[in-house]
Amino acid sequence: MGGRRLSLDWIGAVPFLAYVTVFLGLPTIIITVGSLAGEGGPTLSNFANLSRPYIVSATINSITLSAVTAVAGAILGALVAYAIATGNPQGLLRRIATSACGVLAQFGGVTLAFAFIATIGPAGFVYLWMSQHHFDIYANGIWLYELRGLELVYLYFQIPLMVLVFLPAVDGIKPQWREATESLGGGTWHYWRYIAGPLLAPAFLGATLLLFANAFSAYATAAALVNQGGPVLPLQISNAITSEVGLHEPGFAKAQAVTMIVIVALVTVLYSLLQRRTARWLR
Amino acid sequence: MKWSSPVRQLGLAVMAFVLVTACGSSSSGGTAACTTAKTATSAADCGGIDSLVAAANAEGKLNVIALPRDWANYGAVLDGFAAKYPSIKITSDNPTGSSQDEVNAVQQLGTSSRAPDVLDIGMSVALANLTLFAPYKVITWNDILSNQKEATGLWFQDYGGYMSVGYDSSKVPAITSMQDLLGSAFKGKVALNGDPTKANAALNGVMMASLANGGSVDDVSKGVDFFHQLKLKGNFVPVQATTATVKNGTTPVVLDWDYLSAAHGTDVPTWKIFVPANAILLDYYAQAVSKTAPHPAAARLWEEYLYSDAGQNLWLKGLARPVRMVAMQTSGKIDAAAAAALPAANGTPVRLSDAQATAAKTYLAAHWAAAIS
Repeated sequence: MGGRRLSLDWIGAVPFLAYVTVFLGLPTIIITVGSLAGEGGPTLSNFANLSRPYIVSATINSITLSAVTAVAGAILGALVAYAIATGNPQGLLRRIATSACGVLAQFGGVTLAFAFIATIGPAGFVYLWMSQHHFDIYANGIWLYELRGLELVYLYFQIPLMVLVFLPAVDGIKPQWREATESLGGGTWHYWRYIAGPLLAPAFLGATLLLFANAFSAYATAAALVNQGGPVLPLQISNAITSEVGLHEPGFAKAQAVTMIVIVALVTVLYSLLQRRTARWLR
Repeated sequence: MKWSSPVRQLGLAVMAFVLVTACGSSSSGGTAACTTAKTATSAADCGGIDSLVAAANAEGKLNVIALPRDWANYGAVLDGFAAKYPSIKITSDNPTGSSQDEVNAVQQLGTSSRAPDVLDIGMSVALANLTLFAPYKVITWNDILSNQKEATGLWFQDYGGYMSVGYDSSKVPAITSMQDLLGSAFKGKVALNGDPTKANAALNGVMMASLANGGSVDDVSKGVDFFHQLKLKGNFVPVQATTATVKNGTTPVVLDWDYLSAAHGTDVPTWKIFVPANAILLDYYAQAVSKTAPHPAAARLWEEYLYSDAGQNLWLKGLARPVRMVAMQTSGKIDAAAAAALPAANGTPVRLSDAQATAAKTYLAAHWAAAIS
């Protein structure tokens, strides 16, 4: 290939780039510009307002909620994925489990919140049955509509998502490696400590970060479940946009959105760095 | 560049559509008797109510927004208007939206044919958005007290009520004071109509709790403390009370406007309403006509209907107190049976001034989340 002809390979990426520009780049720019615009010219006051105590606690709550459900979801999901991977690759269990995970991972939102309200909500039939049998899960207040409730509900879509993204990594572990370990005199501990553990660690951490971003940006589930106090950032953004009592601050809402974008961007960068490491082992 | 031709066709189609609709609206304005509906500040400006009706019929459409059918009997109001003016098709958008959602819709949809024509909004949102409204004075304008309307007709209050405690008397004991709500019989039962940093009805609910607990219209902190106590005792349900949550029993005790609470009686026959004598909090909503209303004549006709005796009595049947109530009592046009059904309140009603509402919301923004978590 001695010629200096212009490569046309990039044309294939045009639809993707256009899509990213319109649906990711443009909104980010609009939000960033809007967060800096004040009544009389550029201002940083929207960002200064991020130090309000209730916003700080909403930010901390959002990060805690996402971290807790990401770690718990990752551990439980990894165990399920391992169980599936060690079973028959063509078996019925595997097919049922993976397609169920595919559905449940997308089951967030109003439907999921309603499913919980209708079952273990304070008027839900499971709760009513339990309280008739002297088992009151809300003896100390109705926690379903608070952060703890969100943690429980979020796990419902976090675990299936973990199974989906972690299963290929577990499948990449070859049984021959275990046999090799044993033929060299190693036991189960050695195998997990020196072979499978290090191989799966980047994929596991990467998937955990993905779950974090997934929970961090969830809005509809939280909005349908929690109506009071806006304990997480997406709900505070909604408050700042729709408040009818005069707390309508669209610029401030955009500043909060920028905070979320920055946090998710950090997580995404970490995720792609880890992904790069993992990819080497899965070829 | 294959994609360019469909895009261009789409662009042409859009332009054609715009042209057609533009011609359509100008011709319909021309055929009707009233050519100046957009700037008419009264029915007389339009050449009388009959030509306003003709112009509205020619427009054939009315867009309303954020009017729940179970709110102040709005379902019957919408049906009444549709029955009286059958050639005007009503589009009722986002029925559960907030006042701010209404204003956002006006700003974002502009003059497009989907934009709201008329607004029913809380006073703080009305006062913050005067530039979006067209001045209009209904025929019965003089019946509205001067402190309940903007002098040129940018906004005028429509109906109001007292903040109240509604409760299902089959699930909780009778309520005779706000302090009762702290009792153990109310565990996991007391709710607000929304988040007070967001919804006006909820803000006034906290204010009522404040008035009943030694606070004043200038001091909402006692109300926030009260809800903190409710939360500590496990009595507060952090769910927005709606017709559904009352019906299914999630929220057997609700702090809300008496006229909204009264509607729960349909689903829950044992629903009772209590207005604390030491905390009678009165507030009105307001009407406004959008300056960019796509159907300006229908918008004005809607206001005429709301402020007619029929419209006012429909609100009253929903236990809202219509703004012309006193005048209609004098003239004998009031629906006496509906007026007698209003919840009793013994004491002097108070109203929040705009400054007091601002002070309350600022305090709530900073302290509410902490009080209930």
